[in-house]
Amino acid sequence: MSEIPDELKYTRSHEWVRDEGDGIVAVGITDHAQELLGDLVFVELPEVGTELSAGGECAVVESVKAASDVYSPLDGEVAEVNETLADSPEAINEAPYENWIFRMRPSDPSQLDELLDAEAYAKVVEEEE
Amino acid sequence: MPFIPHTEKEVQEMLSAIGVASIDELFDEIPDELRAAPLEGIGPGLSEMEVTRLMQEKARRDGQPLCFIGAGAYDHHVPAAVWQIATRGEFYTAYTPYQAEASQGTLQLLYEYQTMMAELMAMEVSNASLYDGASALAEAVLMAVRANRKSKSKRILVPRSLHPAYRATVHTLVRNQGIELVELPFDAATGQTDLAALEAHAGEDFAALVIPQPNFFGVLEPVDEMADFARKNGLLSIAVVNPLAMAVLAPPGEWGGDGVDIACGDGQPLGAPLSSGGPYFGFLCCRQKYVRQMPGRLIGRTVDLDGKEGFTLTLQAREQHIRRSKATSNICTNQGLMVTAATIHMALLGAEGLAQTAAACHANLGRLVEKLTSLGEIEPRFSGPVFHETVLKLPMEVPGVLRTLAAHNILGGYDLQQDYPELENCLLVCATETRTEEDLDKYATSLQRVLASRRQGACATMVRFDLE
Repeated sequence: MSEIPDELKYTRSHEWVRDEGDGIVAVGITDHAQELLGDLVFVELPEVGTELSAGGECAVVESVKAASDVYSPLDGEVAEVNETLADSPEAINEAPYENWIFRMRPSDPSQLDELLDAEAYAKVVEEEE
Repeated sequence: MPFIPHTEKEVQEMLSAIGVASIDELFDEIPDELRAAPLEGIGPGLSEMEVTRLMQEKARRDGQPLCFIGAGAYDHHVPAAVWQIATRGEFYTAYTPYQAEASQGTLQLLYEYQTMMAELMAMEVSNASLYDGASALAEAVLMAVRANRKSKSKRILVPRSLHPAYRATVHTLVRNQGIELVELPFDAATGQTDLAALEAHAGEDFAALVIPQPNFFGVLEPVDEMADFARKNGLLSIAVVNPLAMAVLAPPGEWGGDGVDIACGDGQPLGAPLSSGGPYFGFLCCRQKYVRQMPGRLIGRTVDLDGKEGFTLTLQAREQHIRRSKATSNICTNQGLMVTAATIHMALLGAEGLAQTAAACHANLGRLVEKLTSLGEIEPRFSGPVFHETVLKLPMEVPGVLRTLAAHNILGGYDLQQDYPELENCLLVCATETRTEEDLDKYATSLQRVLASRRQGACATMVRFDLE
């Protein structure tokens, strides 16, 4: 069973979202996603300042067997990227909810309400398995 | 693992085992409008004896003229050992090394090829080859546009002195990707890319600069200045080089203050016979930091479970069988056989042998030019330094001269005016290490006669290549 923290929000494409206050949210990929991908070898990070649209591709996570797009959960702008992933992409496998990929500034915070909660995401994972 | 084809009986047995009447039935799902019509114009099959005879007759028509054409493909000596080894079954019919456990021989050879290529180019990474030099350059352009994050323009600076077929191929491959190729003129006196014209673009947004060495005219470009210009102005630099020339010239990794970002070209001079145009192979090298943007196969060296050294395909997530439309390219193969030959060729000659070959080419060209210009009516067209090719200005139109030379069983060179209208009566000649003193004398004597007779209004001559 993959871990799905209650306090986070989720997307159908297996990103998690944490509201960090001050108009910033952190985004990463879920435990389920990292398990499916296997050992990550590379993360292609977006550029700070890039405009994002909900559902649009904004990053890539690459494992030995696959390269997967990471989709932005919300409309907004990239505020910060996790540079430590350049040297240690495997950190995502070890602690997927601690190692965010990018932080963004949502342009429409009400979109957060449209994301899945832990229970709804758990159903998505169940449907896939 | 040998290939054993099915017999007709076995095919029937398999079909009845799955309850299907014919192989065609297995393609039922394909709509009629998508099916290919039977190929007309392909005659019934011929026996081995008939085919052998047919091919021998065709080969005789090729003849064995004395070759003084370069223009991108060069007549070099390939030691007999190269193809003797390359045609061994283990190499000749080896399949794609997807299953590393069963392909260590192939993988080791490809790894050694990559190592040799990277050393020859003084670059950090080489892939396991692409189709040919022209498409390798196209891939390099696509790669540069992807990799150059600072540039939004998708515009590439391309010297007019670059091989016309390369320019055309790049245009074909990139034009539907919104990439614009901007031409840089060459200096009419030196034959080199006009540095002033290049400098005029300083500060403008370009993704990359292509730097040939030598260029199509055999002339050596001011590569240090060009590489530095690229670096200063935020362009990625793409070197397009003759690999043999790199044995005696400064390789791309040493150009300017910091080398180039991508180096590519055609590996034909390293062990591939001319073969009427191919197969050859393209090589592609780059800085380590761009390796994830590089298309083509990459072989890596690693250790297995027992700590023993082994080789494997690596960074495959870039390739299209995994990444599909987001792959670095649609290519997912390499020119395995030509690369095998090239690796053996390079191993046999070694760095010294390559340098000696290159030096011999250069010396032969020098002697050829001396003999031809001493005839009095021919002069070098450009003043810039050259490698083993150069442009000569003739006192009359080139096509007629070439036709008459051909009647004397000599391929005199390449008519430049067809690609460069401004280079009137200009002939691109090449001399490799295979041209002897007698060959050079024969060319000079024949050319002298041809020029004399054409001035008198020669009668029509028919090309005959079977005189020797």
